Amino acid sequence: MKRYFHNELDELSNKLILLGEKANEAARMAVDGFLESDIEKAQAALQLDDDIDALEQEISHACVRYITLRSPVSSDVRLMLVAIKASHDFERAGDEAHSIAKKVKNILSRDGRIEEAVAIAEMSQLACAMMQDAITCFVQEDLETAQAIIERDSAVDRLNRANFKTLSSDTPHAQITDRTRIETILISKSIERIADHAKNLAEEVIYLLTGE
Amino acid sequence: MQFDKSISAKLPTAAADTIIEVRHFDFCYGDTQALFNISMDIHEKEVTAFIGPSGCGKSTFLRCFNRMNDLIDIAQIKGGSVKISDIDIYGKDVDVIELRKHVGMVFQKSNPFPKSIYDNIAYGLRIQGITKKSILDDVVEECLRGAALWDEVKDRLNESALGMSGGQQQRLCIARALAVKPKILLMDEPCSALDPIATAKVEELIHQLKQDYTIVIVTHNMQQAARVSDRTAFFYLGKLIEYDVTDTIFMNPSDPQTEAYISGRFG
Repeated sequence: MKRYFHNELDELSNKLILLGEKANEAARMAVDGFLESDIEKAQAALQLDDDIDALEQEISHACVRYITLRSPVSSDVRLMLVAIKASHDFERAGDEAHSIAKKVKNILSRDGRIEEAVAIAEMSQLACAMMQDAITCFVQEDLETAQAIIERDSAVDRLNRANFKTLSSDTPHAQITDRTRIETILISKSIERIADHAKNLAEEVIYLLTGE
Repeated sequence: MQFDKSISAKLPTAAADTIIEVRHFDFCYGDTQALFNISMDIHEKEVTAFIGPSGCGKSTFLRCFNRMNDLIDIAQIKGGSVKISDIDIYGKDVDVIELRKHVGMVFQKSNPFPKSIYDNIAYGLRIQGITKKSILDDVVEECLRGAALWDEVKDRLNESALGMSGGQQQRLCIARALAVKPKILLMDEPCSALDPIATAKVEELIHQLKQDYTIVIVTHNMQQAARVSDRTAFFYLGKLIEYDVTDTIFMNPSDPQTEAYISGRFG
Protein backbone atom coordinates (compact mmCIF):
# COMPACT_ATOMS: atom_id res chain seq x y z
CA MET A 1 0.00 0.00 0.00
CA LYS A 2 1.58 3.28 -1.07
CA ARG A 3 1.15 5.91 1.64
CA TYR A 4 0.61 9.57 0.89
CA PHE A 5 4.07 10.47 2.17
CA HIS A 6 5.88 7.92 -0.01
CA ASN A 7 6.02 10.50 -2.77
CA GLU A 8 8.55 12.29 -0.55
CA LEU A 9 10.91 9.40 -1.26
CA ASP A 10 10.45 9.91 -5.00
CA GLU A 11 11.15 13.63 -4.63
CA LEU A 12 14.27 12.88 -2.63
CA SER A 13 15.53 10.43 -5.25
CA ASN A 14 14.88 12.97 -8.00
CA LYS A 15 16.86 15.62 -6.13
CA LEU A 16 19.73 13.21 -5.65
CA ILE A 17 19.79 12.42 -9.37
CA LEU A 18 19.71 16.14 -10.18
CA LEU A 19 22.59 16.77 -7.80
CA GLY A 20 24.60 14.00 -9.43
CA GLU A 21 23.98 15.36 -12.89
CA LYS A 22 24.98 18.87 -11.85
CA ALA A 23 28.18 17.62 -10.25
CA ASN A 24 29.02 15.59 -13.34
CA GLU A 25 28.22 18.53 -15.60
CA ALA A 26 30.51 20.77 -13.53
CA ALA A 27 33.32 18.20 -13.83
CA ARG A 28 32.88 17.89 -17.61
CA MET A 29 32.84 21.65 -18.15
CA ALA A 30 35.87 22.21 -15.98
CA VAL A 31 37.86 19.54 -17.84
CA ASP A 32 36.63 20.77 -21.22
CA GLY A 33 37.88 24.18 -20.20
CA PHE A 34 41.29 22.62 -19.64
CA LEU A 35 41.37 20.51 -22.81
CA GLU A 36 40.06 23.29 -25.07
CA SER A 37 41.82 26.18 -23.33
CA ASP A 38 38.34 27.64 -22.86
CA ILE A 39 38.08 30.05 -19.93
CA GLU A 40 34.33 30.45 -20.38
CA LYS A 41 33.72 26.77 -19.83
CA ALA A 42 35.83 26.93 -16.70
CA GLN A 43 33.78 29.88 -15.52
CA ALA A 44 30.52 28.02 -16.22
CA ALA A 45 31.77 25.15 -14.08
CA LEU A 46 32.49 27.53 -11.20
CA GLN A 47 28.95 28.88 -11.33
CA LEU A 48 27.44 25.48 -10.72
CA ASP A 49 29.06 25.16 -7.31
CA ASP A 50 26.45 27.17 -5.38
CA ASP A 51 23.60 25.08 -6.86
CA ILE A 52 25.40 21.90 -5.91
CA ASP A 53 25.97 23.04 -2.33
CA ALA A 54 22.35 24.16 -1.97
CA LEU A 55 21.00 20.85 -3.27
CA GLU A 56 23.14 18.92 -0.83
CA GLN A 57 21.69 20.98 2.04
CA GLU A 58 18.14 20.39 0.78
CA ILE A 59 18.70 16.66 0.55
CA SER A 60 20.21 16.47 4.05
CA HIS A 61 17.29 18.40 5.49
CA ALA A 62 14.75 16.27 3.62
CA CYS A 63 16.38 13.10 4.95
CA VAL A 64 16.38 14.31 8.55
CA ARG A 65 12.76 15.36 8.18
CA TYR A 66 11.71 12.03 6.68
CA ILE A 67 13.55 10.02 9.34
CA THR A 68 11.97 12.15 12.07
CA LEU A 69 8.39 12.21 10.82
CA ARG A 70 7.97 8.94 8.95
CA SER A 71 9.97 6.40 11.03
CA PRO A 72 11.30 4.56 7.97
CA VAL A 73 12.59 1.02 8.16
CA SER A 74 14.32 -1.46 5.88
CA SER A 75 14.97 -0.18 2.35
CA ASP A 76 13.51 3.24 3.18
CA VAL A 77 15.97 3.89 5.98
CA ARG A 78 18.80 2.60 3.76
CA LEU A 79 17.69 5.12 1.16
CA MET A 80 17.93 7.88 3.76
CA LEU A 81 21.45 6.85 4.71
CA VAL A 82 22.51 6.50 1.07
CA ALA A 83 20.97 9.85 0.17
CA ILE A 84 22.94 11.60 2.91
CA LYS A 85 26.20 9.91 1.99
CA ALA A 86 25.71 10.12 -1.77
CA SER A 87 24.77 13.80 -1.65
CA HIS A 88 28.01 14.41 0.22
CA ASP A 89 29.97 12.48 -2.41
CA PHE A 90 28.34 14.47 -5.20
CA GLU A 91 29.03 17.71 -3.36
CA ARG A 92 32.67 16.76 -2.93
CA ALA A 93 32.87 15.86 -6.62
CA GLY A 94 31.45 19.30 -7.32
CA ASP A 95 34.16 20.82 -5.12
CA GLU A 96 36.82 18.96 -7.14
CA ALA A 97 35.27 20.31 -10.33
CA HIS A 98 35.37 23.78 -8.81
CA SER A 99 39.02 23.30 -7.94
CA ILE A 100 39.84 22.15 -11.49
CA ALA A 101 38.02 25.14 -12.97
CA LYS A 102 39.94 27.59 -10.77
CA LYS A 103 43.25 26.07 -11.78
CA VAL A 104 42.26 26.17 -15.44
CA LYS A 105 41.56 29.87 -15.11
CA ASN A 106 44.90 30.40 -13.37
CA ILE A 107 46.80 28.53 -16.10
CA LEU A 108 44.99 30.27 -18.94
CA SER A 109 45.43 33.73 -17.44
CA ARG A 110 49.12 33.00 -16.99
CA ASP A 111 49.99 31.00 -20.11
CA GLY A 112 47.19 31.84 -22.52
CA ARG A 113 46.58 28.21 -23.43
CA ILE A 114 47.08 24.68 -22.16
CA GLU A 115 50.34 23.28 -23.51
CA GLU A 116 50.61 19.96 -21.69
CA ALA A 117 47.47 17.89 -21.27
CA VAL A 118 49.13 14.57 -20.35
CA ALA A 119 46.38 11.94 -19.92
CA ILE A 120 43.76 14.37 -18.61
CA ALA A 121 41.36 13.66 -21.50
CA GLU A 122 41.44 9.92 -21.00
CA MET A 123 41.18 10.22 -17.22
CA SER A 124 38.24 12.59 -17.33
CA GLN A 125 36.35 10.41 -19.78
CA LEU A 126 36.75 7.44 -17.45
CA ALA A 127 35.89 9.41 -14.30
CA CYS A 128 32.85 11.19 -15.75
CA ALA A 129 31.61 7.91 -17.25
CA MET A 130 31.94 6.28 -13.83
CA MET A 131 29.98 9.14 -12.26
CA GLN A 132 27.25 8.93 -14.91
CA ASP A 133 27.03 5.17 -14.56
CA ALA A 134 26.76 5.52 -10.78
CA ILE A 135 23.76 7.78 -11.25
CA THR A 136 22.25 5.37 -13.78
CA CYS A 137 22.66 2.32 -11.60
CA PHE A 138 20.94 4.20 -8.75
CA VAL A 139 18.01 5.05 -11.03
CA GLN A 140 17.78 1.57 -12.55
CA GLU A 141 18.72 -0.36 -9.38
CA ASP A 142 21.44 -2.08 -11.40
CA LEU A 143 23.65 -4.09 -9.07
CA GLU A 144 25.96 -5.44 -11.79
CA THR A 145 26.87 -2.02 -13.14
CA ALA A 146 27.50 -0.77 -9.61
CA GLN A 147 29.94 -3.61 -9.00
CA ALA A 148 31.71 -2.94 -12.31
CA ILE A 149 32.22 0.74 -11.45
CA ILE A 150 34.29 -0.23 -8.44
CA GLU A 151 36.68 -2.18 -10.64
CA ARG A 152 37.10 0.69 -13.10
CA ASP A 153 38.61 2.98 -10.51
CA SER A 154 42.03 1.36 -10.74
CA ALA A 155 42.44 2.52 -14.37
CA VAL A 156 41.98 6.14 -13.30
CA ASP A 157 44.44 5.66 -10.46
CA ARG A 158 47.05 4.31 -12.90
CA LEU A 159 46.63 7.29 -15.22
CA ASN A 160 46.97 9.69 -12.30
CA ARG A 161 50.18 8.04 -11.20
CA ALA A 162 51.50 8.20 -14.76
CA ASN A 163 50.64 11.90 -14.97
CA PHE A 164 52.43 12.58 -11.75
CA LYS A 165 55.48 10.69 -12.96
CA THR A 166 55.52 12.57 -16.25
CA LEU A 167 55.01 16.01 -14.78
CA SER A 168 57.34 15.58 -11.82
CA SER A 169 60.21 14.09 -13.81
CA ASP A 170 63.48 15.88 -14.24
CA THR A 171 62.93 16.18 -18.00
CA PRO A 172 62.19 19.85 -18.53
CA HIS A 173 58.86 20.76 -20.02
CA ALA A 174 59.85 23.57 -22.27
CA GLN A 175 56.36 24.81 -22.82
CA ILE A 176 55.11 25.03 -19.27
CA THR A 177 56.22 26.72 -16.08
CA ASP A 178 56.76 24.89 -12.83
CA ARG A 179 53.63 26.48 -11.45
CA THR A 180 51.51 25.22 -14.34
CA ARG A 181 53.06 21.78 -13.96
CA ILE A 182 52.04 21.70 -10.28
CA GLU A 183 48.54 22.86 -11.07
CA THR A 184 48.22 20.21 -13.77
CA ILE A 185 49.31 17.57 -11.26
CA LEU A 186 46.61 18.83 -8.92
CA ILE A 187 44.02 18.79 -11.71
CA SER A 188 44.91 15.17 -12.37
CA LYS A 189 44.53 14.47 -8.65
CA SER A 190 41.10 16.13 -8.61
CA ILE A 191 39.91 13.92 -11.47
CA GLU A 192 41.21 10.89 -9.62
CA ARG A 193 39.17 12.06 -6.56
CA ILE A 194 36.05 12.42 -8.72
CA ALA A 195 36.49 8.79 -9.76
CA ASP A 196 36.86 7.86 -6.08
CA HIS A 197 33.56 9.57 -5.31
CA ALA A 198 31.92 7.69 -8.17
CA LYS A 199 33.27 4.47 -6.69
CA ASN A 200 31.83 5.45 -3.29
CA LEU A 201 28.48 6.04 -4.96
CA ALA A 202 28.57 2.62 -6.54
CA GLU A 203 29.25 1.07 -3.12
CA GLU A 204 26.33 3.02 -1.69
CA VAL A 205 24.03 1.72 -4.42
CA ILE A 206 25.13 -1.83 -3.60
CA TYR A 207 24.29 -1.19 0.05
CA LEU A 208 20.93 0.28 -0.91
CA LEU A 209 20.01 -2.74 -3.03
CA THR A 210 21.42 -5.49 -0.84
CA GLY A 211 21.74 -4.07 2.67
CA GLU A 212 25.35 -5.23 2.69
CA MET B 1 -25.91 33.68 21.06
CA GLN B 2 -26.92 30.26 19.87
CA PHE B 3 -25.17 27.33 18.30
CA ASP B 4 -28.08 26.57 16.05
CA LYS B 5 -28.79 25.41 12.56
CA SER B 6 -27.99 28.79 11.05
CA ILE B 7 -24.38 28.49 12.24
CA SER B 8 -23.43 26.39 9.22
CA ALA B 9 -23.62 29.44 7.02
CA LYS B 10 -21.23 31.33 9.31
CA LEU B 11 -18.49 28.74 9.39
CA PRO B 12 -15.44 29.92 7.44
CA THR B 13 -14.39 28.10 4.29
CA ALA B 14 -10.95 29.65 3.82
CA ALA B 15 -7.97 27.47 4.75
CA ALA B 16 -5.63 28.19 7.63
CA ASP B 17 -8.12 30.30 9.64
CA THR B 18 -8.64 29.72 13.30
CA ILE B 19 -11.78 27.64 13.85
CA ILE B 20 -11.36 26.72 17.52
CA GLU B 21 -10.10 29.41 19.85
CA VAL B 22 -9.28 28.51 23.43
CA ARG B 23 -8.35 31.16 25.97
CA HIS B 24 -7.18 30.66 29.56
CA PHE B 25 -9.23 27.52 29.91
CA ASP B 26 -9.37 25.81 33.33
CA PHE B 27 -11.26 22.55 33.85
CA CYS B 28 -11.88 20.44 36.95
CA TYR B 29 -13.28 17.09 37.93
CA GLY B 30 -14.79 18.03 41.27
CA ASP B 31 -11.95 19.43 43.36
CA THR B 32 -9.25 18.10 41.07
CA GLN B 33 -8.07 20.47 38.41
CA ALA B 34 -7.37 18.65 35.14
CA LEU B 35 -6.58 21.51 32.77
CA PHE B 36 -4.64 24.66 33.65
CA ASN B 37 -4.87 27.92 31.76
CA ILE B 38 -4.92 26.41 28.23
CA SER B 39 -4.78 28.85 25.35
CA MET B 40 -4.47 27.76 21.75
CA ASP B 41 -5.85 28.27 18.24
CA ILE B 42 -6.78 25.31 16.09
CA HIS B 43 -6.65 26.02 12.40
CA GLU B 44 -9.36 25.10 9.98
CA LYS B 45 -8.80 22.18 7.60
CA GLU B 46 -5.68 21.06 9.35
CA VAL B 47 -4.96 18.01 11.46
CA THR B 48 -3.95 18.92 15.00
CA ALA B 49 -2.56 16.19 17.22
CA PHE B 50 -2.60 16.17 21.02
CA ILE B 51 0.21 14.13 22.55
CA GLY B 52 1.36 13.57 26.08
CA PRO B 53 1.64 10.91 28.76
CA SER B 54 -1.41 9.18 30.22
CA GLY B 55 -3.44 11.43 32.47
CA CYS B 56 -2.08 14.67 31.03
CA GLY B 57 -5.56 15.90 30.10
CA LYS B 58 -5.49 15.56 26.33
CA SER B 59 -8.68 13.47 26.06
CA THR B 60 -10.38 15.69 28.64
CA PHE B 61 -9.47 18.71 26.57
CA LEU B 62 -10.67 17.04 23.37
CA ARG B 63 -14.06 16.31 24.91
CA CYS B 64 -14.40 19.98 25.84
CA PHE B 65 -14.77 20.83 22.15
CA ASN B 66 -18.11 19.03 21.87
CA ARG B 67 -19.09 19.25 25.52
CA MET B 68 -19.00 15.52 26.04
CA ASN B 69 -17.69 16.27 29.52
CA ASP B 70 -21.17 17.60 30.32
CA LEU B 71 -22.14 13.96 30.73
CA ILE B 72 -19.81 13.71 33.74
CA ASP B 73 -21.52 15.05 36.86
CA ILE B 74 -18.47 16.42 38.57
CA ALA B 75 -16.92 17.99 35.46
CA GLN B 76 -16.89 21.75 35.45
CA ILE B 77 -15.22 24.70 33.82
CA LYS B 78 -13.42 26.96 36.23
CA GLY B 79 -12.46 29.69 33.82
CA GLY B 80 -11.68 30.74 30.30
CA SER B 81 -13.50 30.10 27.04
CA VAL B 82 -13.76 27.79 24.07
CA LYS B 83 -15.03 29.40 20.90
CA ILE B 84 -15.84 27.60 17.69
CA SER B 85 -16.27 29.92 14.75
CA ASP B 86 -16.34 32.85 17.19
CA ILE B 87 -19.18 31.35 19.25
CA ASP B 88 -18.61 30.54 22.91
CA ILE B 89 -19.77 26.94 23.00
CA TYR B 90 -20.33 27.13 26.76
CA GLY B 91 -22.71 30.04 26.32
CA LYS B 92 -26.10 29.74 28.00
CA ASP B 93 -28.09 29.47 24.78
CA VAL B 94 -25.94 26.95 22.99
CA ASP B 95 -27.81 23.89 21.77
CA VAL B 96 -25.47 21.04 22.68
CA ILE B 97 -27.11 18.59 20.28
CA GLU B 98 -26.62 21.03 17.44
CA LEU B 99 -23.03 21.59 18.55
CA ARG B 100 -22.34 17.88 18.36
CA LYS B 101 -23.62 17.76 14.79
CA HIS B 102 -21.01 20.30 13.83
CA VAL B 103 -18.32 18.74 15.97
CA GLY B 104 -18.35 15.01 15.33
CA MET B 105 -16.45 12.46 17.35
CA VAL B 106 -14.82 9.10 16.78
CA PHE B 107 -13.77 7.07 19.78
CA GLN B 108 -10.96 4.72 20.61
CA LYS B 109 -13.17 1.68 20.49
CA SER B 110 -15.32 1.68 17.40
CA ASN B 111 -18.99 1.71 18.33
CA PRO B 112 -21.21 1.02 15.34
CA PHE B 113 -24.87 0.69 16.11
CA PRO B 114 -26.21 -2.88 16.13
CA LYS B 115 -27.85 -2.17 12.82
CA SER B 116 -27.06 -2.59 9.15
CA ILE B 117 -24.22 -0.71 7.54
CA TYR B 118 -26.79 1.41 5.71
CA ASP B 119 -28.78 2.21 8.82
CA ASN B 120 -25.68 3.23 10.75
CA ILE B 121 -25.15 6.08 8.30
CA ALA B 122 -28.81 6.88 7.78
CA TYR B 123 -29.70 6.94 11.47
CA GLY B 124 -28.53 10.48 12.12
CA LEU B 125 -30.45 11.77 9.13
CA ARG B 126 -33.63 9.90 10.01
CA ILE B 127 -33.76 11.38 13.51
CA GLN B 128 -33.49 14.79 11.88
CA GLY B 129 -36.61 13.93 9.91
CA ILE B 130 -34.98 13.07 6.59
CA THR B 131 -36.70 9.91 5.39
CA LYS B 132 -36.79 10.13 1.61
CA LYS B 133 -34.98 7.05 0.33
CA SER B 134 -33.27 8.71 -2.60
CA ILE B 135 -31.72 11.30 -0.29
CA LEU B 136 -30.66 8.69 2.23
CA ASP B 137 -29.18 6.51 -0.52
CA ASP B 138 -27.15 9.42 -1.84
CA VAL B 139 -25.88 10.45 1.58
CA VAL B 140 -25.01 6.87 2.54
CA GLU B 141 -22.99 6.40 -0.64
CA GLU B 142 -21.32 9.81 -0.29
CA CYS B 143 -20.32 9.15 3.30
CA LEU B 144 -19.07 5.64 2.64
CA ARG B 145 -17.04 6.91 -0.29
CA GLY B 146 -15.76 9.71 1.91
CA ALA B 147 -14.61 7.13 4.43
CA ALA B 148 -13.00 4.99 1.71
CA LEU B 149 -15.43 2.15 2.49
CA TRP B 150 -17.86 2.16 -0.41
CA ASP B 151 -16.04 -0.34 -2.63
CA GLU B 152 -15.67 -2.75 0.29
CA VAL B 153 -19.30 -2.71 1.43
CA LYS B 154 -21.48 -1.53 -1.46
CA ASP B 155 -22.78 -5.03 -2.09
CA ARG B 156 -23.69 -5.70 1.53
CA LEU B 157 -25.19 -2.51 2.87
CA ASN B 158 -28.00 -4.41 4.54
CA GLU B 159 -25.65 -6.65 6.48
CA SER B 160 -24.94 -5.97 10.14
CA ALA B 161 -22.18 -3.50 10.83
CA LEU B 162 -21.03 -5.76 13.64
CA GLY B 163 -19.83 -8.27 11.05
CA MET B 164 -17.21 -5.86 9.73
CA SER B 165 -13.56 -5.96 10.69
CA GLY B 166 -12.26 -3.56 13.36
CA GLY B 167 -10.74 -1.23 10.81
CA GLN B 168 -13.90 -1.21 8.73
CA GLN B 169 -16.02 -0.52 11.80
CA GLN B 170 -13.85 2.45 12.68
CA ARG B 171 -14.13 3.84 9.15
CA LEU B 172 -17.90 3.25 9.37
CA CYS B 173 -17.94 5.33 12.55
CA ILE B 174 -16.10 8.08 10.68
CA ALA B 175 -18.63 7.83 7.83
CA ARG B 176 -21.46 8.01 10.34
CA ALA B 177 -19.98 11.18 11.80
CA LEU B 178 -19.65 12.67 8.30
CA ALA B 179 -23.34 12.04 7.53
CA VAL B 180 -24.50 15.02 9.54
CA LYS B 181 -21.99 17.28 7.80
CA PRO B 182 -19.75 18.39 10.64
CA LYS B 183 -17.03 20.97 10.20
CA ILE B 184 -14.80 19.45 12.85
CA LEU B 185 -13.96 15.83 13.60
CA LEU B 186 -12.58 14.85 16.98
CA MET B 187 -10.73 11.55 17.13
CA ASP B 188 -9.76 10.05 20.45
CA GLU B 189 -7.05 7.44 19.77
CA PRO B 190 -8.95 6.15 16.74
CA CYS B 191 -6.33 3.55 15.80
CA SER B 192 -5.23 2.21 19.14
CA ALA B 193 -7.34 -0.94 18.73
CA LEU B 194 -6.43 -1.51 15.07
CA ASP B 195 -3.76 -3.57 13.31
CA PRO B 196 -1.06 -1.80 11.25
CA ILE B 197 -2.88 -2.14 7.92
CA ALA B 198 -6.17 -0.89 9.30
CA THR B 199 -4.26 1.92 11.01
CA ALA B 200 -2.63 2.86 7.71
CA LYS B 201 -6.05 2.98 6.02
CA VAL B 202 -7.47 5.24 8.72
CA GLU B 203 -4.41 7.50 8.49
CA GLU B 204 -4.79 7.72 4.72
CA LEU B 205 -8.43 8.60 5.28
CA ILE B 206 -7.47 11.36 7.73
CA HIS B 207 -5.07 12.73 5.13
CA GLN B 208 -7.88 12.88 2.57
CA LEU B 209 -10.52 14.22 4.96
CA LYS B 210 -8.48 17.22 6.04
CA GLN B 211 -9.15 18.81 2.67
CA ASP B 212 -12.73 19.32 3.83
CA TYR B 213 -12.72 18.98 7.62
CA THR B 214 -10.80 20.22 10.62
CA ILE B 215 -9.50 17.23 12.53
CA VAL B 216 -8.22 17.06 16.10
CA ILE B 217 -6.70 13.74 17.09
CA VAL B 218 -5.51 12.45 20.44
CA THR B 219 -2.87 9.77 20.09
CA HIS B 220 -0.40 7.94 22.23
CA ASN B 221 1.49 7.00 19.11
CA MET B 222 4.00 9.77 18.49
CA GLN B 223 4.96 8.36 15.13
CA GLN B 224 1.31 8.59 14.13
CA ALA B 225 1.15 12.20 15.29
CA ALA B 226 4.26 12.92 13.22
CA ARG B 227 2.79 11.18 10.16
CA VAL B 228 -0.70 12.59 10.09
CA SER B 229 -0.72 16.02 11.72
CA ASP B 230 0.05 19.54 10.59
CA ARG B 231 0.36 20.85 14.13
CA THR B 232 1.06 19.10 17.41
CA ALA B 233 0.28 20.11 20.98
CA PHE B 234 2.22 18.50 23.82
CA PHE B 235 0.43 18.33 27.17
CA TYR B 236 1.83 17.42 30.55
CA LEU B 237 0.05 17.37 33.92
CA GLY B 238 -2.86 19.35 32.53
CA LYS B 239 -0.76 22.09 30.99
CA LEU B 240 -0.04 22.90 27.39
CA ILE B 241 3.74 22.74 27.23
CA GLU B 242 4.34 23.40 23.55
CA TYR B 243 2.21 23.83 20.45
CA ASP B 244 3.69 24.30 17.00
CA VAL B 245 3.84 22.93 13.49
CA THR B 246 4.58 19.23 13.62
CA ASP B 247 7.91 19.56 11.82
CA THR B 248 9.18 21.85 14.56
CA ILE B 249 7.82 19.80 17.46
CA PHE B 250 9.53 16.63 16.25
CA MET B 251 12.64 18.04 14.62
CA ASN B 252 13.55 20.92 16.90
CA PRO B 253 11.19 21.50 19.85
CA SER B 254 11.66 24.61 21.95
CA ASP B 255 10.82 23.16 25.33
CA PRO B 256 13.14 20.64 26.99
CA GLN B 257 10.13 18.74 28.36
CA THR B 258 8.88 18.26 24.81
CA GLU B 259 12.31 17.07 23.72
CA ALA B 260 12.43 14.65 26.65
CA TYR B 261 8.98 13.23 25.88
CA ILE B 262 9.35 12.77 22.14
CA SER B 263 12.78 11.22 22.53
CA GLY B 264 11.44 8.70 25.04
CA ARG B 265 13.35 10.05 28.00
CA PHE B 266 10.21 10.26 30.07
CA GLY B 267 6.53 9.45 29.82
